[in-house]
Amino acid sequence: MSAPARTPPPLPGLQPDWSRVVFIEDASSGSSIGVHVLDSGIVGNEPAADITVLCVHGNPTWSYLWREVIAQAPSGVRVVAIDQVGMGFSARTGRMRRLDERIEDLQAIVEALDITGRIVVLAHDWGGPVALGWASTYAAPAGKLAGIVLTNTAVHQPDHSAAPRLIALARSRALRENVCARTTTFLRGTTAISRVDRPTARAFRAPYGSARLRAPIADFVADIPLEDDHPSMPTLRRVAAGLSELADVPTLLVWGMRDPVFSSRYLDDLRRRLPHAHVQQYADAGHLVLEDRPDAIAEIWGWIADSIIDTHSDGATDDATDDATDDATDAQPPLHPASRLHERANTPGQADAPAITTPKTDGWQTVSWALLDDRARALAAGFRRQGIAPGDRVAVLVPPSADLLAVVYGLWQLGATVVVIDAAHRPPAMVRALRGARLDHIVAIRRAAPIVAAVRVPGVVIWRDRLAQLARESGDDREAGIAWEQVSDPDADAVIVFTSGATGAAKPVAYSWARLAATAEVLRAAYDFEASDVLVAAFAPWSVMGPLVGLPSVIPQMDASRPGTLTADALGSAVAQAGGTVMWASPAAVRSVLASAPEGSAERVELRERTRSLRLLLIAGAPVSRALIGEVTACWPDVDVRTPYGMTEVLPATDVRAAEIVAAEARGGVLVGRPLPGVEIAIAALDERGEPGARLSADPGILGEVALRAQHGKSRYDARAFTERHASRNPGWHRTGDVGRLDDQGRLRIEGRLAHVITTADGPLGPVSIEQALDEVLVDDGLQAAAVGVGPSGAQVVVVVLAPATAKGRRSRLRLAAPELVERVRASVPIAAAVLWRDAMPVDIRHGAKVDRGQLAQEADRLLAGRT
Amino acid sequence: MSERVLITGGRGLLGNAVIDDVRSRGWLVTALQRSASGKADGERVRDHRGDVTDARTVEEAMDGCTAVVHLAARVGIEGTWRDFESVNVEGTRIVLEAARRRGVRAFVQVSSPSVAHAGKPLVGAEAGVADPTSARGHYSRSKAMAELLVLGQDDVPAVAVRPHLVWGPGDTQLIGRIVARARAGRLFVIDGGTALIDTTYVDNAGAAIGAALDRLRSSDTGSSDTGSSDTDSSDTGSVGLGGRALVISNGEPRPVRDILTAIVRAAGLQISPRSIPFAPAFAAGAAAETLLARRGVEPPVTRFLVEQLATAHWFDQRETRRLLDWQPEVGLDEGMRRLADWYAQQ
Repeated sequence: MSAPARTPPPLPGLQPDWSRVVFIEDASSGSSIGVHVLDSGIVGNEPAADITVLCVHGNPTWSYLWREVIAQAPSGVRVVAIDQVGMGFSARTGRMRRLDERIEDLQAIVEALDITGRIVVLAHDWGGPVALGWASTYAAPAGKLAGIVLTNTAVHQPDHSAAPRLIALARSRALRENVCARTTTFLRGTTAISRVDRPTARAFRAPYGSARLRAPIADFVADIPLEDDHPSMPTLRRVAAGLSELADVPTLLVWGMRDPVFSSRYLDDLRRRLPHAHVQQYADAGHLVLEDRPDAIAEIWGWIADSIIDTHSDGATDDATDDATDDATDAQPPLHPASRLHERANTPGQADAPAITTPKTDGWQTVSWALLDDRARALAAGFRRQGIAPGDRVAVLVPPSADLLAVVYGLWQLGATVVVIDAAHRPPAMVRALRGARLDHIVAIRRAAPIVAAVRVPGVVIWRDRLAQLARESGDDREAGIAWEQVSDPDADAVIVFTSGATGAAKPVAYSWARLAATAEVLRAAYDFEASDVLVAAFAPWSVMGPLVGLPSVIPQMDASRPGTLTADALGSAVAQAGGTVMWASPAAVRSVLASAPEGSAERVELRERTRSLRLLLIAGAPVSRALIGEVTACWPDVDVRTPYGMTEVLPATDVRAAEIVAAEARGGVLVGRPLPGVEIAIAALDERGEPGARLSADPGILGEVALRAQHGKSRYDARAFTERHASRNPGWHRTGDVGRLDDQGRLRIEGRLAHVITTADGPLGPVSIEQALDEVLVDDGLQAAAVGVGPSGAQVVVVVLAPATAKGRRSRLRLAAPELVERVRASVPIAAAVLWRDAMPVDIRHGAKVDRGQLAQEADRLLAGRT
Repeated sequence: MSERVLITGGRGLLGNAVIDDVRSRGWLVTALQRSASGKADGERVRDHRGDVTDARTVEEAMDGCTAVVHLAARVGIEGTWRDFESVNVEGTRIVLEAARRRGVRAFVQVSSPSVAHAGKPLVGAEAGVADPTSARGHYSRSKAMAELLVLGQDDVPAVAVRPHLVWGPGDTQLIGRIVARARAGRLFVIDGGTALIDTTYVDNAGAAIGAALDRLRSSDTGSSDTGSSDTDSSDTGSVGLGGRALVISNGEPRPVRDILTAIVRAAGLQISPRSIPFAPAFAAGAAAETLLARRGVEPPVTRFLVEQLATAHWFDQRETRRLLDWQPEVGLDEGMRRLADWYAQQ
């Protein structure tokens, strides 16, 4: 059943001159085996980087998997993609090949190809153990291993879980021959679960045209060690154990999260074995991650260039903004997040004052500082007994409450990393996000049981209704851990929080202990917190912040995930009960409060009476309209109303007083004010195609991407190595994806999202300026406007879409607006090429406020192209 | 000091605008057309009556000229291929040949975006290469061939400019027909009239052609190069103009419905165009062409017209504006005001 090596017929994306056949000696038989490889040779004329990228495919693919990696190889680099023995166009030996033989084969191929310099291994699927086994046996000891890039693979069957069901099924002796060899089921299935078009799928099947040629596919499956006594199990164990020797090798894990075989559990296993690895997850990609996300290939090359070929960064910064440097390490160690809780609990006269006030069915419930501190420390001891260790990642699925505070601060006492996610995410999105968070444990309410079950953690699940018992069982055992030593590394992760997903896919954002502490300091300094202040937490994340900044908090009766459920009565009674002074709320919550107590009503009088203690109102989370600011200042004329600007990655970054917004011109972008203490703003100017440049500038008037630098900004995006690379292209800075400009008073004005910039022949325009110009014209008609660009980048024209201000919805058809409306819009915005009408505006699900300009642009593009 | 330019087809709306513009740039003008241009002043502008298909007439008219703006063409949809070919292809060959013999140093071929338009939407499009095989209709095909003739030679420095849908006060072609249709209750748009279409106010087209003439002429005196663009160094904005084809428009695309509505209102009518679906309109066009055009009657609707009304055609103007160092002076809205003033005086 043997067959010689061949070279492939012409196939899409494959260059014939890449193909060659080399011969290696079969270690067991001594005979010669032909191996087909794709070899780019050294690309271009540049001096060789002395780097070869060695690509190893899995089962049942072949080197075709790496064609685009070769096509995009940078100058000076060599790429070699092998067909494993018996696979692809390599020779069929008629004999099963075990993992240890495949590792030896790879060494023989490397020698036969005369690869001399350093090597980066790039592997997929069961090519992973082969490549890693070779790397730790041959390349690393010889000092030749330059880097590791792994895509959807595994080196170990996680102990707590069953084998991949699909593999186990295919491996059963009865099915194996049928599924893998006699029929093309397994072959077709591999490409069917990814977004592969027909010609590409055919190319993947090209070397496997007959049952005879497919026999090694079945053998490969049979060689997967699922049982302890499997012949290849010792080798796989050796490969897995060998990873601990590779801690100094730059490593990248690129993962399609929708892989039914190599699910996130296998990624988590690799992340635990290779904790230094950079990770990039693609929520929308499957097993053949580079087929589903071909853009990842350029990113991988970018990562190789940055991490391996040259390690200096290209991000140029302006002189003016280059002085403040990362001096966090020289400063004194940051405060532990629980230190103010502990301090209040041990201050006579304060210990018994309420730390948290929450609604219950017939009134209010308070927990004192002393009790909260004691509970947190008792829970910390209990968590430790349950097996939660410092540095473990623990998701907390508990709504705002005293329990939430006790759990979060208890975990922090212990030195664990708290993973929090907004309950407003839909369950599937929440499961996806949590699966990617490499969780060890979960603390949850029972209602979250389906999510907990779907996420599956290797550690413990602790239900909220067991917390009291857990604390009781601690007896006198208390976790004392506010000493900074408990947190061995101030730069380790204290918390991971997900972006809202309102302006893109939800991304996990990591904050270190140092950066969490800095957030507390910024808030205290910016808002002059005093011991007498009481936080009103109408904004879910705010409810956890009280102890961090050392202030008591009150949580009004509302559904924390739906800000629009806050009423005047709920807010009034909460503020009155606790003497609330500082409130943080989203625009939707504030709108809802004012709507339930209209101007002139008895409810409004009562609301004002009961909220007399308020001194500061922070409205944030979504754009705040001038109309809303007007209403708010009318209701609370003596309250300091501000609209902070920030994002999950830097919160808050700037703020501005309501009076200043009202006084400022309502054009040229949304005024979000000046940077808070410790925050720097710079702008990366847009080029004519709307792309931000590398250079940052603090000069006024430049339209560009907003970049922020702050000690309290995120540490990084977790498991989004490529996103992080782009966001942090200027070291120390965070690129926000927002577009704006600084005015001559140093105030920031936001013009929309980078993706929404309209690139006209006369330069890039932010949509917000155009929309603001129309606000005044349309507000009396109850209409709202959105501005989008249509046409090729750099030559776009402006299109205005109108809709009733109150109508939101995705399903509505665009059409031309009535001629009278068109005329009125053009009178204010003469550059509008077209004025369109939609019965409802598509907005984000989260805030119901952010218009989906991307969707509008696509719809407008189609409508205005006419017949295609 | 002043040089003389031959302008063929100086009589129509665009011809008059070109004469005005090049005269204001300091050129002396000989205007060649079958009847009076209406611009002759016995001084800087003189008429030369005759046909571009007559080689002797063209030769005479070119006497003393160092440059040519070749505008004369057979337009519209009536007529046989032979009619279009003789004026638009043979005529151009005759004018070009005379220019070559006379050593003319700048040849501006006035062309049409339709020479590269194959019925697909043009969304912020670049000019594209003239393609007689896919151009729709006799006019477009003959103009495509003419453009290739002019740009396919190196003896006379040449540029092709393609003004898109020229209109203005007194226009009998585009505006006159639209208003007549509206009055007759036969003004329609296809599928709601949503396709974005760019147009050119006549003064802007005249100024762009004048700019092309000046740029091409000065690039020739600036170097010993023949003007064909084999180098792309951009020391001056004019280098690289020779051999190019540039679309000219206002750079203000609007939905078809909005343009027609604005024109009709400028004419003082309160009529909105009716919308009809593409398929029946296209079928009607086909029928009308078969039944009427053969008999020499202008059909009220053609497939070409339906297609033009149903698909976007607007253009990326950055290259044109950079190479010509020209900006449209009269915006669409200002143009509509001038049109309304003109109708008010009628």
